[in-house]
Amino acid sequence: MDHLDQLEAQSIYIFREAFARLKKIALLWSLGKDSNVMIWLARKAFFGRMPFPALHVDTGKKFPEMYRFRDHYGKEWDLDLRVEPCPPIDAVDPTLPPAARSAARKTEGLKMALAKYGFDGLIAGIRRDEEATRAKERVFSPRGLEGNWDVRDQPPEFWDHFNASPPQGAHLRIHPILHWTEADIWAYTKRENIPIIPLYLAKNGKRYRSLGDQDITNPVASNAASIDEILIELEQTKVPERSGRALDHETEDAFERLRVAGYL
Amino acid sequence: MNMIVTPASPATPNGTTRPQVRIVIVGHVDHGKSTLVGRLLHETGSLPEGKLEMLKAVSARRGMPFEWSFLLDALQTERDQGITIDTTQIRFRTNSRDIVLIDAPGHAEFLRNMITGASQADGAVLIIDALEGVRDQTRRHGYLLHLLGVKQVAVVVNKMDRVDFSAARFKDISDEISAHLNGLGVTPTAVIPISARDGDGVAMRTDRIGWYKGPTVVEALDRLEPARPLEALSLRLPVQAIYKFDDRRIVAGRIESGSLIAGDEIVIMPAGKIAKIKTVESWPVTPVAGRQGAGRSVGITLDRELFIERGDIIAHAGSAPRETRRLRARIFWLHDKPLAKGNQLLVRCGPKESRATVVAIEKAVDPGELSSSENKAIGRNHVGEIDISLSNPIATDPYTENPRTGRLVIEVSGRIAGGGLVLSVDAGQRAVPVDIVPVESALRSDERSARYRHNGAVVWLTGLPASGKSTLARALERRLFTNGGSPILLDGDTLRAGLNSDLGFSATDRSENIRRLAEVATHLARNGHIAIVAAVSPAREDRAAARRIADTAFREIHVATPAEVCEERDPKGHYKKARAGALASFTGIGNDYEKPEAAELVIDTSKRTVAEAADEIEQMLKASGVLFDEVVDLAANI
Repeated sequence: MDHLDQLEAQSIYIFREAFARLKKIALLWSLGKDSNVMIWLARKAFFGRMPFPALHVDTGKKFPEMYRFRDHYGKEWDLDLRVEPCPPIDAVDPTLPPAARSAARKTEGLKMALAKYGFDGLIAGIRRDEEATRAKERVFSPRGLEGNWDVRDQPPEFWDHFNASPPQGAHLRIHPILHWTEADIWAYTKRENIPIIPLYLAKNGKRYRSLGDQDITNPVASNAASIDEILIELEQTKVPERSGRALDHETEDAFERLRVAGYL
Repeated sequence: MNMIVTPASPATPNGTTRPQVRIVIVGHVDHGKSTLVGRLLHETGSLPEGKLEMLKAVSARRGMPFEWSFLLDALQTERDQGITIDTTQIRFRTNSRDIVLIDAPGHAEFLRNMITGASQADGAVLIIDALEGVRDQTRRHGYLLHLLGVKQVAVVVNKMDRVDFSAARFKDISDEISAHLNGLGVTPTAVIPISARDGDGVAMRTDRIGWYKGPTVVEALDRLEPARPLEALSLRLPVQAIYKFDDRRIVAGRIESGSLIAGDEIVIMPAGKIAKIKTVESWPVTPVAGRQGAGRSVGITLDRELFIERGDIIAHAGSAPRETRRLRARIFWLHDKPLAKGNQLLVRCGPKESRATVVAIEKAVDPGELSSSENKAIGRNHVGEIDISLSNPIATDPYTENPRTGRLVIEVSGRIAGGGLVLSVDAGQRAVPVDIVPVESALRSDERSARYRHNGAVVWLTGLPASGKSTLARALERRLFTNGGSPILLDGDTLRAGLNSDLGFSATDRSENIRRLAEVATHLARNGHIAIVAAVSPAREDRAAARRIADTAFREIHVATPAEVCEERDPKGHYKKARAGALASFTGIGNDYEKPEAAELVIDTSKRTVAEAADEIEQMLKASGVLFDEVVDLAANI
């Protein structure tokens, strides 16, 4: 088994545990490279078809290429796709900086979707190497009744035994690719030939390393026009992956405040 | 999450094959873990651009001197308190390794997080403050590394600048911690003097520690080996789920050890059912050919339809794990409420779960204390050995035989509260009832006795092999049935072929064999039948136990045929084999049969015909109120 085989086997194990131990789960499909790898892994875990819904909490502000990708592959991969809109921006905490407020809107949309369907588990494609607060996550991460994350009181998790009993009315976040890196995602995408949104590849000296809403995501300077070139770029760069995400840089603790409130 | 990592090609895009090693940094609070991590990242050129400058700017803005530990303490709450709350993972590279560094909190309050981090590691760095020396949390973490199965441990003695780089102070600490770790069966790979703040000993040997000739921290990390999948051990495939998404019935799970291939003969434990692997299923290409080894998540189909459920273990016939309802485990305990004898829990062994009861607690100690006294309960953050009784049988291995399947976690109220290693597996022990609510029969006993014309009873025939027990039992059975009764024969050998097939002939197994016979017979007796038990049952104590179970329904009959006669009869050829030495533990030719002292009836079949003996038994049963006297009974019904 090589490195990618090991990552894959571990993720499949997590998917199967989530499906076996929770009653009603959904996968959060942000249309980005990470959640596309997740869907691929889920299809491996369940031998072809993902046996639970793909939930897209839609801000309405994604790139047109992303919507085209969703509509095409939602059909081709035979996904049970649920698109849920976010509330208007006025409904969101006005004390947050602009980009964080925009992201918080997504958290509200997620809460509404949770209330509507009653999911007890949401599968999310976060990774430990993306951002410092995400590094502290559990694979099965309990959320409070308000969807909040209590980082001070996380249960122990070891030897692939997960805490899978959320309190009545609360839900779990499940993180099947927590142990992957950005380079792992690209190497696996290439090996498995998983389709990607072309915005990740460089055009006119710029490319997107991470895709969010159009108004709060910026491209980075890059000439990497293929996955191979992206991998070489990642080998050399010291620029963090989310550097193009405005909300991470507004204030020192904006991201953490968002996560405590239930942001991914 | 505990990933097995092999040296095989990590996803480094330049095509190099660098081993990836996961290392946890542990030790007492404030001994400098986060500082060491920050320094390591800097020395290996692993910091993201601008990160150091950003943190220096933050420090200046807050009016405090820059600390290397700020690099890790990215969470607001941690900066405020200056302690690591939860595990952080950082990746960097040395000359020959890709390293995933897990920074675990040293504060006793957050031991659950230390365990979460350390359980994922291939190796550990145990950090000790040169000024403070070995502290309780140092010892506790050392002990937990042993329990978690982390065998490669490098020790660093930090803050050497605070003790003027004293070689003598270093040696004292080095000797103390080495002795402690050796006592746990862990040999440190290195003990290194450093100053994480100034950089001595981290990546460079400086003049100030010129007396030290061993490796630097970076060199020591370079020597740690990644864990290897357990392909050399016997096959263990714990079943996660059975999927029927289409016309295939796929048994899914991850191979924890060993390997498998289509065509293998397998056994499904604990039920012990046999089958053959038809295909190994996959996606997008299926089926897959070739051997699948430890670490793979697989799906298989079998050549026959069997009842399989989540938690079963698939193994190769001949090397299956043991089935048990009784375990001994060495555990650590994280729950606020101490674990005590009689506590009811949920135990998980891989995907298998079972309710369980703690039947004994031994060696409960605080591993942080030097001279810890033993307790009756295991307190929070303490360790101990426990015996647990499981309400469902599980299949497992002692951890010395299989470190992947030989471990368990304990849940309380849906939250993981402890975990540990399976020390031993005791087959055939009686489970302590947990949440058992017996269902009473719909019929009253007088309804049955009116029909059968007898009360329920356990007629227990004991005696040497070939003394005539089975012959008598069968004759009695026929006679009672002819009279309209409901006799049921429970022959010792017959039950050994099924119900008791897991038992051998050791003293313990014989006792358990008798106990089961008595339980089944008593159940029948309570429902109005006459259970006729024919069993050598040589031990007086075992028969006394059977009498206690059946209570007033018990009628003991000693079939006291002389030993010579029995040996001469020898219808099954057992005496001959035993004389030839081919039948170990055979009752009859030694002095191991303990005669009953107060049997309800004694019959020597060398002096009676079968019919005469049956008459005697019938008389005894009438006299002792089991069989209704015809006349009295008729009169009672007029």
